[in-house]
Amino acid sequence: MSRLLTMKDIWIEGRSDETWNPIINGVDLHLDRGEVLGLIGESGAGKSTMGLAAMGYCRDGVRISKGSVEFDGTELTTASAAVKRGLLGKRIAYVAQSAAASFNPAHKLIDQHSEAPVQHGVSSRAESSRDGMELYEKLRLPNPDTIGFRYPHQVSGGQLQRAMTAMAMACRPDLIIFDEPTTALDVTTQIEVLASIRDIVEQFGTAAIYITHDLAVVAQMADRVKVLLKGDEVETNETREMLANPQQEYTKSLWSVREFERPAKPAVSTGTTPVVSVDNVTAAYGTVNVLNEVSFDIHQGRTVAVVGESGSGKSTTARCITGLLPPKVGGISFDGATLPLSYKSRTKDQLRQVQMIYQMADTALNPRMSVGNIIARPVEFYLGLKGAEKRRRVDQLLEQIELEPSQYYDRLPSELSGGQKQRIGIARALAAEPRMIICDEVTSALDQLVAEGILRLLAELQDKLGLAYMFITHDLATVKAIADEVVVMKDGRVVEQGPKAEMFQPPHHPYTDLLLSSVPEMDPDWLTNLLAERGVDNIGDAAVDKM
Amino acid sequence: MGSILRIILQRLALGVLTLIIVSLVIFAAVNALPGSFATAILGQAATPEAVAAMEQTLGLDKPAVTRYFSWLFAAVQGDFGTSLSQANFASFAGSVADTGVTVADTLAPRFRNTLFLAGLTALIAVPVAVTLGVLAALYRNSAFDRATNIFTLSSISSPEFFMAYVLILFLAVLNPWLPSLSNISDDMTLGERVRTSMLPALTLTLIVTAHMMRMTRAAIINLLASPYIEMARLKGMSPFRVIVKHALPNALAPIVNVIALNLAYLITGVVVIEVVFVYPGIGQLFVDSVKTRDIPVVQACCLIFAAAYILLNLLADVLSIISNPRLRHPK
Repeated sequence: MSRLLTMKDIWIEGRSDETWNPIINGVDLHLDRGEVLGLIGESGAGKSTMGLAAMGYCRDGVRISKGSVEFDGTELTTASAAVKRGLLGKRIAYVAQSAAASFNPAHKLIDQHSEAPVQHGVSSRAESSRDGMELYEKLRLPNPDTIGFRYPHQVSGGQLQRAMTAMAMACRPDLIIFDEPTTALDVTTQIEVLASIRDIVEQFGTAAIYITHDLAVVAQMADRVKVLLKGDEVETNETREMLANPQQEYTKSLWSVREFERPAKPAVSTGTTPVVSVDNVTAAYGTVNVLNEVSFDIHQGRTVAVVGESGSGKSTTARCITGLLPPKVGGISFDGATLPLSYKSRTKDQLRQVQMIYQMADTALNPRMSVGNIIARPVEFYLGLKGAEKRRRVDQLLEQIELEPSQYYDRLPSELSGGQKQRIGIARALAAEPRMIICDEVTSALDQLVAEGILRLLAELQDKLGLAYMFITHDLATVKAIADEVVVMKDGRVVEQGPKAEMFQPPHHPYTDLLLSSVPEMDPDWLTNLLAERGVDNIGDAAVDKM
Repeated sequence: MGSILRIILQRLALGVLTLIIVSLVIFAAVNALPGSFATAILGQAATPEAVAAMEQTLGLDKPAVTRYFSWLFAAVQGDFGTSLSQANFASFAGSVADTGVTVADTLAPRFRNTLFLAGLTALIAVPVAVTLGVLAALYRNSAFDRATNIFTLSSISSPEFFMAYVLILFLAVLNPWLPSLSNISDDMTLGERVRTSMLPALTLTLIVTAHMMRMTRAAIINLLASPYIEMARLKGMSPFRVIVKHALPNALAPIVNVIALNLAYLITGVVVIEVVFVYPGIGQLFVDSVKTRDIPVVQACCLIFAAAYILLNLLADVLSIISNPRLRHPK
């Protein structure tokens, strides 16, 4: 195989407040024709920056300060903008993380597909449109002849991701950079996209750099894996070799994250009154029912994981419990007593008992308020503490979430890392001294190591304070780690519920089975075997639709 | 498309309601002014009897509420009444309605002129502003960008009459290219009208370009951090194509809104320019009518101004909707 891309001793810097800070520190990378390299690491590792640098591209405020990027004989770091434009889109293509944001909302898919071939003079508009439809078919998009005439907002996320892969293929490039292409997708949808990408890359012999933070995904896609940590290379090896025998401590720690699991708790004795009981709830936005006859109980000191894909009604159930969306039928009871349906008619004490932690700690914290004030607010509002007493309570809460009070009290959210922000969200919920906390995808925006820290903290707090958790997630690894009981939801209904041990043992409801079997595993042959087992036309959304 | 039609009808109904409220406010405001039409015409020395006689003739002695509703009903039927100041006062004891000039007759030619000037200005200013905005976004922070910003900002910051005199100095006095008086009349050909109105149109262009150009620039630059713009760059598209093909279509809504506001200004706010160039537009007529307490004309003018704002904003909304595929093609 001949060498396609050689990146030598790459140093990249980013500017903040007039100073240049290192992002990538002297990393080498090379890629042969037709080879797929997996680039993994946590956020801040510099994966995307490295991927873009392979295209000779830097985002605003970022520069390659040293090193060489040689693509098939052309040195990209010194090439003129015009020379680079001639390569980008034509010989090197890019597939972004969020296809929904990366397709231009103002143009139809097929027009965006044809743009690169037409502008680069590769083929005519008509030819490239026809080719686009063939690619859509190869990527198993529904209605390949007409889907291109839709606008991006009319197409689902998983389909858009495949359309974007087709777009990257439009000029039959030599190299494609895939930047976390399945991170935003549900597990069942992810499988389809992974399978499509793998097929088409193989079929056209395209070389690829596959960027992801998910080890199991990279195991399916890459021939070789490179691990990055804070801009430094940790190690590189053949995928199978790396999985079987990681050399570095950091790589081993990445591998072991998925092993956190709480010991099982004894079953709740019958006759105990649950903290919160969801009783036959049907709820609607307007006239459309989004929840149908949902019932489950949450007991003191227990975690109920509510699992399902986007749109299955998990968050809507949370809205019903908090009273933000009063149910049409059914009710919510707390400690055996019925709660008023709307939060407006609940007492302050009833409101205090159920608190929430959100997925996006970024947007759930007021950027203008200091950490101390964010936590002090519920302390004062619900418990009426003032002055020194309030301050003492806030310090106590900060200690509980393992952040040093003197150091963090006056910080603004912008001065915290993602994991720290989520800890503040937890402290804010604890401040009300609730009996139950609803955790809405609290770890899905975090890296695995950080997420694990949050899960451990939540587990400790539960043991200490006897909290009941409703844990909304689409990630089954998280369920395995923390749940006592599991509720599986699909299309606004509960399809299966029970203790965790039972849920992870067959026999399953077919939908639970599909969800479980769709979670990528570290085995490099997992995807191949799964496809062989299910058949290409029966994976992902197609399989969901058949239920 | 049904939803767009519904939005238009809704806005139109709201617009009519706004017009009625505007007419009430104007009527109340004009009534609150000290003095009346009769004292304004007859002068300070007029005897109370003469004032009373004139007010009776004109119907001004009736209660304000009665006058308002009789005017409103007539206006709804397209009759804006009779201009008081244009009536034949030599024989004001006679019936005013017989000898007077209707408000519609007074307004119509003036309004046509105003629309002509506004249209001519828009034809020059909108393309210039949008083009400058696109170029400024393309070459942002360059010398061209800064020069354009400084030039448009200084032209909007200077008093209107000053800009007018500067243009007269350079384009009429020092170089006799254009006439400095823009007293257009109906018997002119289109070409003559355009030439005669060119100086006020250029002055107004200088005044309205800054807003539109800066909004175009800001709306485009605002989008440049979007993932789809990065995608276009990574597809190897030229900077010009990235801006015009990928950013501009998504930036249309705010641009169209600012254009609409500026066009409304061109119809309602150009009295100073009309005075400087002796341009027979609706602004001067409005000011004169306020001076003489010619209530029917004042009200008709106000309604036209309000209607212009409402219609142009409605147009901007509809264009924003049409420019947004999410609203044009619901799921």
